[in-house]
Amino acid sequence: MHQLTASRRRLLLGAAAASAGALLTGCTSNDTGEGDGDRTAANDRPAADDKPGKRITIGYAGPQADHGWLNAVNDNARQRAEKYPDVTLEVTEGSNDTAQQIGQIETLINRQVDVLVVLPADGKALTRVGLKAMRAGIPVVNLDRVFNTPQAYRCWVGGDNYGMGLNAGHYIGERLKDKPNAKVVELAGLDNLELTKQRTQGFDDALKNYPNIKKVARQAAEFTVESGQAKMAQLLQAQQDFDALWNHDDDQGVGALRAVDQAGREDFLMVGGAGALSAFQAIKAGRGVLKATVLYPPTMAASAIDLARALGQGKGVSGLAEFEIPSSLTCYSAVVDKENVDQYMSTGFK
Amino acid sequence: MTQHVSPPRDGTRRTAAPAGRPARRSLPVRADVRTLTLLGVLAVLVLIGGLTRPHEFLDTRNLQLVLTQASVIGVVTVGMTFVITSGGIDLSVGAIVALSSVWATTVATQSHGLAGILLAATLVGLGCGLVNGVLIAYGGVVPFIATLAMLASARGLALQITDGRTQVVTVRGVLDLGERETYVLGVPPLVLVFAAVAVAGWLLFHRTTFGRRTIAVGGNPEAARLAGIDVRRQRLYLYLLSGLCCGIAAFLLIVLAGSGQNTNGNLYELDAIAAVIIGGTLLSGGRGTVTGSVLGVLIFTTITNLFALNNLQTDVQQIAKGAIIVAAVLVQRRTASTA
Repeated sequence: MHQLTASRRRLLLGAAAASAGALLTGCTSNDTGEGDGDRTAANDRPAADDKPGKRITIGYAGPQADHGWLNAVNDNARQRAEKYPDVTLEVTEGSNDTAQQIGQIETLINRQVDVLVVLPADGKALTRVGLKAMRAGIPVVNLDRVFNTPQAYRCWVGGDNYGMGLNAGHYIGERLKDKPNAKVVELAGLDNLELTKQRTQGFDDALKNYPNIKKVARQAAEFTVESGQAKMAQLLQAQQDFDALWNHDDDQGVGALRAVDQAGREDFLMVGGAGALSAFQAIKAGRGVLKATVLYPPTMAASAIDLARALGQGKGVSGLAEFEIPSSLTCYSAVVDKENVDQYMSTGFK
Repeated sequence: MTQHVSPPRDGTRRTAAPAGRPARRSLPVRADVRTLTLLGVLAVLVLIGGLTRPHEFLDTRNLQLVLTQASVIGVVTVGMTFVITSGGIDLSVGAIVALSSVWATTVATQSHGLAGILLAATLVGLGCGLVNGVLIAYGGVVPFIATLAMLASARGLALQITDGRTQVVTVRGVLDLGERETYVLGVPPLVLVFAAVAVAGWLLFHRTTFGRRTIAVGGNPEAARLAGIDVRRQRLYLYLLSGLCCGIAAFLLIVLAGSGQNTNGNLYELDAIAAVIIGGTLLSGGRGTVTGSVLGVLIFTTITNLFALNNLQTDVQQIAKGAIIVAAVLVQRRTASTA
């Protein structure tokens, strides 16, 4: 299946490739020559249970990795599985098309993999196929984007959007608590998404603990560098004077930081979100406005593989008292700043 | 746009004005009213800005900001004006901007410095335009389908090149062009490029045979052919021109955002088409105005700026934007018909 979809995509790309390919061959190489840059943190973490157990096959279906975070998620899953000699991982070609992803998961069900790990393109739309797998006796580990009903998965692992906002708000609050009439600005992500609302809600709730701080403006970008630059430039013009900024997403943060540079502003504290490598590096260098970022850790995919393996081998999670793995696991949105950035550097995604 | 504007295949207008010099005597009055209406809308927006946020809106830095944000989509819109005037459509502009911007910011391209990035961006734009043009002019594929296919393929290729990663630009000379140190008498270089493209576009459209041929092809391709115009070659050139504009826009975007990303140029096709239509170019072809398109872009950018300065949220912004498009077109029709 992997090969089939790959070749179809190549065919589709033919027209565009033909146009430009002849002109600038060689210019599309992104190889930095630094060698093994793709290793993620999944490798240096202790596993749930390192003792080899019975051999199992885990099916993994994720969406198309069209941005850095999803790329990191897929890499984490793949590399974590490689670490276990008793695990075979069957990975589908990522797809954002609901129908296609359903088809891919049904194929995995028919092949009778032992456990499924599914990061749906759209949680609600893929609930049906989650239920189908569970009924067929294949336990499902639902990664991040949650299915409609708990019947469609055995275990959910994901990030904490509300917690991101909460922790960003507390971090900023603690730094501004002694400043009278402090002003805070929020650069949100794509407003169509529920997760954006949750992040904003968490941020607002945290700020309620600090009566001296007022959120004076909020604009929503679209998780892209381009929109981050555009919206941030406008925000900087609208607010000539503020003390702190929370930006929901480090990818759009690249654009936001560019706008800050262009406006020549450095009179505030900026906190990012997600945990991109570029953000970690900027925090470590400590020269710019970016002082911290709250995580939405892509390592959750590695944990999903751990849980799927435990599930397939009938084990619990070592270090916990239960005989079974938990039914849900929410990853903590830790704040990474200069103090602890070295510890998290290897989890940063590009 | 009923009886006051000659429909594209209206034979009477063609007999009055041969394809080489289409109806130029009857148009200027209406065109001027149109331009004045657009300027009026812009003036109202400036008034609203001045009243709601006087300090932040009426400010040199804000003017620089609005013009800079307008420059990327503005360059795309100039190319789109030609294509739509010729009776075509280019749905692939956003995808071409994305592909050009990522191709021009790969590690390999960046190693060739500013010249390499600029060359790669424009050549990729031209290459995509060439494919569009050949498919449409010589392959007989309708523009909607050909450029829709290009949209899909170019986005796919952009994703394949980047793997979804943001390609940060490290070439100092490119980054500097987006910062205050390089402003020429207070004008950002990006705005200078936009102005140059707009002026060149205006001259090409209104002062050359190329422009007149474009209008003729859009008004009545058969009449244009009988008048001795190589319609197919003209169409090929038009999509090449649109591709070139996308390549230039991609370079501007690289400078502005300091990076290339496969999500760049998201929905540019809709923004550009909206600006062209609001400007007064006929979607069915045969009549166009570069000035109107540029004003259309400025109106949209000013609206975005006003919303952001007044801290209105995305939902309100989207509703208001739709309403303003309809209102602007209605006002234009009224003023055009009473003139």
